[in-house]
Amino acid sequence: MAEVRARTSVSIAIAGSGGAGVMTAGNMLLEAAAKAGWYGLMVRSSGPQIRGGEAAALMRIGTHPIDGLDDRFDILLAIDWQNINRFADELPLDGGSLVVGDPDQGEAPEVYVKSPARQAKVSMKATAKSIPGSWPNMVALGTAAGLIGLPKTEVAKVVEQSLRKRADTLKASLEAVDAGYAAAAEIGADYALAAPGSAPSARWLVSGNQAAGYGAIRGGVRFCAAYPITPATEMLEYLAPALADVGGVLVQAEDELASANMIIGASFGGLPSITATAGPGLALMTEAIGLAVASEVPIVVVDVMRGGPSTGIPAKSEQSDLSMAVYGLHGDAPRIVVAPNSIADCVVTTQWAVHLAEALQSPALVLSDQYFGQTRAVVDRPADVTFVGSRLTAQANTEGYRRYALTESGVSPMAIPGTAGVAYTADGLEHNERGTPSSQSNDHAKQLAKRERKLVGHDYGGQWADIEGDGDIAVLTFGSSTCAVREAIERARRDGLNAKLVSVRLLAPAQPARLKAALEGVSKVLVVEQNFGGQFHKYLRAEYDIDADVRSFRRPGPLPIRPDEVHRELTQWSRA
Amino acid sequence: MSTAPAQAVTWTPQDYKSDYKPIWCPGCGDYSVLSSVTKAFAALQLKPEDTVVVSGIGCSSRIPAYTSCYGFHGVHGRSLVAGTGLKIARPELTVVVAGGDGDGYSIGGNHFLHACRRNVDITYIVMDNHVYGMTKGQPSPTTEPDWVSKLSPGGTGVRTFHPLVIALAAGANFVARAFAGDPNGTAEMIAEAIRTPGFSFIEILSPCVTFRPEQREWKKVVHPASVQWTDDPARAARRVMTDDGFNVGVLYKGIRPPYQPPVGKARKRVADLEKEFAI
Repeated sequence: MAEVRARTSVSIAIAGSGGAGVMTAGNMLLEAAAKAGWYGLMVRSSGPQIRGGEAAALMRIGTHPIDGLDDRFDILLAIDWQNINRFADELPLDGGSLVVGDPDQGEAPEVYVKSPARQAKVSMKATAKSIPGSWPNMVALGTAAGLIGLPKTEVAKVVEQSLRKRADTLKASLEAVDAGYAAAAEIGADYALAAPGSAPSARWLVSGNQAAGYGAIRGGVRFCAAYPITPATEMLEYLAPALADVGGVLVQAEDELASANMIIGASFGGLPSITATAGPGLALMTEAIGLAVASEVPIVVVDVMRGGPSTGIPAKSEQSDLSMAVYGLHGDAPRIVVAPNSIADCVVTTQWAVHLAEALQSPALVLSDQYFGQTRAVVDRPADVTFVGSRLTAQANTEGYRRYALTESGVSPMAIPGTAGVAYTADGLEHNERGTPSSQSNDHAKQLAKRERKLVGHDYGGQWADIEGDGDIAVLTFGSSTCAVREAIERARRDGLNAKLVSVRLLAPAQPARLKAALEGVSKVLVVEQNFGGQFHKYLRAEYDIDADVRSFRRPGPLPIRPDEVHRELTQWSRA
Repeated sequence: MSTAPAQAVTWTPQDYKSDYKPIWCPGCGDYSVLSSVTKAFAALQLKPEDTVVVSGIGCSSRIPAYTSCYGFHGVHGRSLVAGTGLKIARPELTVVVAGGDGDGYSIGGNHFLHACRRNVDITYIVMDNHVYGMTKGQPSPTTEPDWVSKLSPGGTGVRTFHPLVIALAAGANFVARAFAGDPNGTAEMIAEAIRTPGFSFIEILSPCVTFRPEQREWKKVVHPASVQWTDDPARAARRVMTDDGFNVGVLYKGIRPPYQPPVGKARKRVADLEKEFAI
């Protein structure tokens, strides 16, 4: 990994037992890097314990927008080694890596000692002890910042900001940071990042869960009912005060059956509504989502996917709820399924989902995942988009009003309670145009066709997918796998291999004509996804005719798909 | 009715009925309950467009479409939460949730508990006939343990659920028992429940003449409660746990303020929210 030029990105992991302040140090490092003009992100990884378990802040900081983790880590900095061996799979190290431990915390676990990485020592505990009021994690922060060449003034600003109310601790912490910088200089390793580019654009430091919450509000959502679940909870914790700020409300429901049906009730009342959950919660909500399909009540359900099935791996990412999202309702129940493909895109895609749900009077599912949801990243402020929920409503006293009228588009005016002369009963029972329950084959066939027509006939525009580059070979992916794929394609391009990226944002309804056009002239299609069974690959085979050789590259969570794996796959297949 | 508002009568009970013919069996108690509901609405002169009847699944849950108000006929057991979401989102609406004992006490039992403790200003009417009628005669949580059916050949052997005591313990703000065979008394009770802020619960004994024909005899055993309602939930619970199950009347009225977070009052512009993300 010897680079002559200064690095454009550096990967660093700060690890330690619970209470060691790993996440605090990581967040401060990320904030200081952001203020210095760099991009970056921090993935939180922790053991299953509620408190006191091992924790690692997996970070990547760079001069350009960073969407995902790299293949390996440059630096592993451990405040202590308590159970840190458990992160070995998540922390690939090589000869270019540096492992920094504290001599007072014993030897590093064998897995790290045996790695080809260079080993170094920094006395974090002893140093902190010698500066009353300071903590080892502040020494770690200084060491990390020093190793990557982050200006000390930026780190000091962040420390001052977060400790501004604690003058005693502040001085000690700044001293500890200084000591860390000195220790980094002594190690004498060069992991310095290239200077940030020109004047920084407007940037945010945001997690995917916050971004999705904000996108929902931008789209017009003013009601949320939800039940806590990892890794979606932070979206709810974002929405609770944010909705109150804009005149909306979040209700904590007694379970996911309640949250899904509450948002249907609120939306029936005219308020754009959302819930957020993870796989187990989505499973419980499927009956209610079917009700929203049949009664044509717009709702948005965000699934922050995690390892499954069942309780699975709650705090780790996996793209394994796709099949449930596109197929998991009883009856013929068309629904919208979209997936953001970056943390910044969580804003836009969730906003789009609200717009689609409202415009098409349909449930819209948003497939985020733990990686997006719980990762904090420096992103360019997402462009403003005009997607705002707007529902076709019925006028008061409409003569002969029929709630489920068979219109050409399939969308029929929805009467909102409070509107006189158009009262109707919304029903999960099959019904005729008026909404009166009907088991007649004719009504069933017509209403089924209406509900499908409104989704299939809608023009979703260019938003349906991100299509980048050109080449004989294309990579077809969705969601967070896009981050590794995009980087892999960029690396391949530098080697002289051109490949096309098609990252599908609109998963349902399928867009066969659009995908056909996107794959025009492509002879090989590599399908990349993060699950065991190849759910996306199977979905593509069911819904699309792809006139090219198709290969599936997939791996379940919890490990992320690395750019290098995709790069190698692309290179090998292109030579074959 | 003594508490009727002194205003011109715009809507009669008939105005709250739709032209859709109920699927109920002749003699079903639910006809009377429908009539009580429309009488109560007329007594309160509720605007049909500002009134929503919400239900789940079962014979009695068919009631929304039989009214001329807005209606929401959702899935089995979830009526209370659909109604809760609607009322919190649109506090100016009158929300009446209705259903049966299976829908409310079995599949929807958890929501019943939490609706009582949440105390949103909605009225919940359960037409209790101690049986699943729509699926043709299976025991419900209020079915006697020795009642024999195809699904429970030797009886269930399971003790019955006591909805009124549960409602009191869980924090409902208005608790009453009514009898379908007394449509005027029931109408008065429904009107009072709607007027009372917070979560109001009325358990209506509503005979199923098809699967529980013996319930035709209920009319002979029901009797008005001998004492007035109380504001002491412990007293109310003791009373209802020791009575014969056929005491009809308001049992309890509390003064707990309803749960209604403010909606529609923005303190910030949407664009201001992103300031917290800015570096």
